[in-house]
Amino acid sequence: MSFQIKEQTKTYDICIVGSGAGGGMAAHVLSEAGFKIALMEAGPHFDPANAEQRTQLRWPWESPRRGAGTVRPFGDFDMAYGGWEIDGEPYTKEQGTEFDWFRSRMLGGRTNHWGRISLRFGPLDFKRKDFDGKGDNWPIGYDDVKPYYDKVDKMIGVFGTRENIPNEPDGYFLPPPKPRLHELYIKKGAQKVGVPMIPSRLSILTKRINNKRGACFFCNQCSRSCSVYGDFSSSSVLVNPAMETGNVDLYVNAMVREVLTNDEGRATGVSYVNKEDLQEYTLKAKVVIMAASACSSARILLNSKSAAHPNGLANSSDLVGKYLHDSTGASRMGLIPSLLDRKRYNEDGVGGMHLYTPWWLNDSKNLGFTRGYHIEYWGGMGMPAYGFGFGMEKMNGQVPGKDGKMKKAGGYGLDFKNDLRRFYGATFGMAGRGESIPRKDNFCEIDQNVVDKYGIPVLKFHYKWSDEERKQAQHMHDTFEEVIHSMGGIALGDRPGAETDYGLENPGRIIHEVGTTRMGDDPKTSVVNRYNQAHDVPNLFVVDGGPFVSQADKNPTWTILALAWRASDYLKEEMKRMNI
Amino acid sequence: MDRRETIKTLVIGGVASGFMLHGCVPVEEKKEEATPQPADNGKGYGRTPEEAARDAELNGKTFFTEHEMATIAVLADIIIPADDTSGSATEAGVPEFIEFIVKDIPEHQVPLRGGLMWLDRESGQRYNKQIVSCSAEERENIVKDIAYPEEVIPELKQGAVFFSRIRNLVATGFYTSQIGIKDLGYVGNTPNVWDGVPQDVLDKHGMAYDEKMLQNSIKPEDRGEIMDWENYNV
Repeated sequence: MSFQIKEQTKTYDICIVGSGAGGGMAAHVLSEAGFKIALMEAGPHFDPANAEQRTQLRWPWESPRRGAGTVRPFGDFDMAYGGWEIDGEPYTKEQGTEFDWFRSRMLGGRTNHWGRISLRFGPLDFKRKDFDGKGDNWPIGYDDVKPYYDKVDKMIGVFGTRENIPNEPDGYFLPPPKPRLHELYIKKGAQKVGVPMIPSRLSILTKRINNKRGACFFCNQCSRSCSVYGDFSSSSVLVNPAMETGNVDLYVNAMVREVLTNDEGRATGVSYVNKEDLQEYTLKAKVVIMAASACSSARILLNSKSAAHPNGLANSSDLVGKYLHDSTGASRMGLIPSLLDRKRYNEDGVGGMHLYTPWWLNDSKNLGFTRGYHIEYWGGMGMPAYGFGFGMEKMNGQVPGKDGKMKKAGGYGLDFKNDLRRFYGATFGMAGRGESIPRKDNFCEIDQNVVDKYGIPVLKFHYKWSDEERKQAQHMHDTFEEVIHSMGGIALGDRPGAETDYGLENPGRIIHEVGTTRMGDDPKTSVVNRYNQAHDVPNLFVVDGGPFVSQADKNPTWTILALAWRASDYLKEEMKRMNI
Repeated sequence: MDRRETIKTLVIGGVASGFMLHGCVPVEEKKEEATPQPADNGKGYGRTPEEAARDAELNGKTFFTEHEMATIAVLADIIIPADDTSGSATEAGVPEFIEFIVKDIPEHQVPLRGGLMWLDRESGQRYNKQIVSCSAEERENIVKDIAYPEEVIPELKQGAVFFSRIRNLVATGFYTSQIGIKDLGYVGNTPNVWDGVPQDVLDKHGMAYDEKMLQNSIKPEDRGEIMDWENYNV
């Protein structure tokens, strides 16, 4: 059979590459405005309400591996098709550097399993350079994005409380759930050492916001994606309504290879591999919006070489792939002896913490590092899964038994069985998530030697943490121990030291990677303008995490959504004015 | 009825959505569309075709020999025996879980197989028989020497490392089983209305919700209402 590229005959107004937060939002806003859209997704269709795909409310014994993370990295019931490694889709790393890349190949992408932590960037977060001289300011500020945060809050729903904390802007919040018992314990301890804890801000419907989505029924399983759409997933909250307009053609299992351009260098569509028939297709569109995730979009742009764009598309600055940065992360576990032998009740709650700690030291100048972190918490009487009961020998020798006497760590028999019951729900964890400083020499590029199974050149990562991030992780551990001791808890495990970078997770591990197509006013030092439009190619936009100049200590999704909406409004106007 | 219709019927909000999930649906609807139903195991557990194929492949293989499985069963019930509250590890299917998990997570294979051999050699040296043929007292004599890793004598260190591993797997296998979850008293994984920690528990722990928490938090009766932003100021 001869090689033939198949051409889709229809010309679309807009082709959107990727159906996660950014792509879903663009599809939603622009389909409502009447544009004809091709939405490209590299994975299969997904709907959490589809019984064939649903994992919500499944029991551990329904999985022969009891939910272990062998197949899906966060466990069998986690709703991510993909992971750190995907069969046939490798990536490489420069020797001596680290980056772990998490990809979800499915409609809605990683929004199907994310933590729903929906924090606005504050005024400081857009202008950090003004305060510490490091990195770069965003070209826009909080006031530019605020109207869109407001709209996102109302359209998608997020619970929280108005706290009037300067760099933690309040929003349109649904009422939060009451704290769980371990959260009350942690709060009491944290308060004593000056660490604040406030209701978390999660995009979960504690109350309904429209008649299409159900209210949360407190199963604690947002990571499994909600079958009544009680939490935010792009697939169910954005793509579904976009499809209902009748203006969107959804292409699933469509792995985009490159953005096509004409002689003038304008985007004319995309080429993609259909994973089902392994044939190459092209699709024409007047505008292309990249929303494949920061690294995937960079990869596609870098692979889109032409006479007009010899360095890859939108890359005259040579900055596509540069300034890659992820949140920092470090964590510690503890035991609350007062919770041993606790009374049982259903404390599942929402899918995540009910309280969290926002960064509280913006005014401290002598920490040895300049960017902040927030703290996330877990604990309580959760549903057991693979790993439950592991490591009892590291715990049951640390506290007196029921008879008041210390006992030997480990054991077996009825005594051991009773310990498993006794310790259930008494452990908890704290995890810091911090802002790293974006640096040009942390980047991804095309590996000249390696292609994936579709023949598409893959990414090679170069990423190293600096002392800024290491010191931040060290500070996290100081805080963890302070809080644990102050609440009468026992810190479990060993405190990581300098030899392990203070337990700092590998870059990529927090799955907040952004910055690869950063925005700015100067085409020499940025890839897209303040409306997410490529400087070099007016009919090309990037609406995933790529345009982030810096990522704050805030989880990026809410800002991706706000900026994608803002960019879509701008695009709408520009098309109306025939500027594009 | 198409999926969109199904969703509409599901998202009636409030506590009612919980009843829907239990399968309490209007009679005119087809049963298979009353998604999701926790007890519905006919459709697997939400696998992709590739994942289902992998499960099937692993299930088609056998790793442990009959003798090894018998030894695992003996150890499993030493680690988690039956009591007044619940059955034993073997009653909860723990050996079958361990057989599966070593195929799924191969790094367990050598330590477990080697550990079982180590154990039979130890019982051979002490009693001139394999663990499965030992008396309860003889088995316990060996187990108690390797069950406390901080106190184990150097000569038995490897045995203790093995025992910690199999103890982990037995504990997990038991407490992720139907019997184990009931034993543990986990009562979630079902539609619920969270309205905070029960008062008697708060009292026992000397905790209380402060005024602000009580005022701000969601009231169960409001969950079904659609949020009204009319008088909400940011």
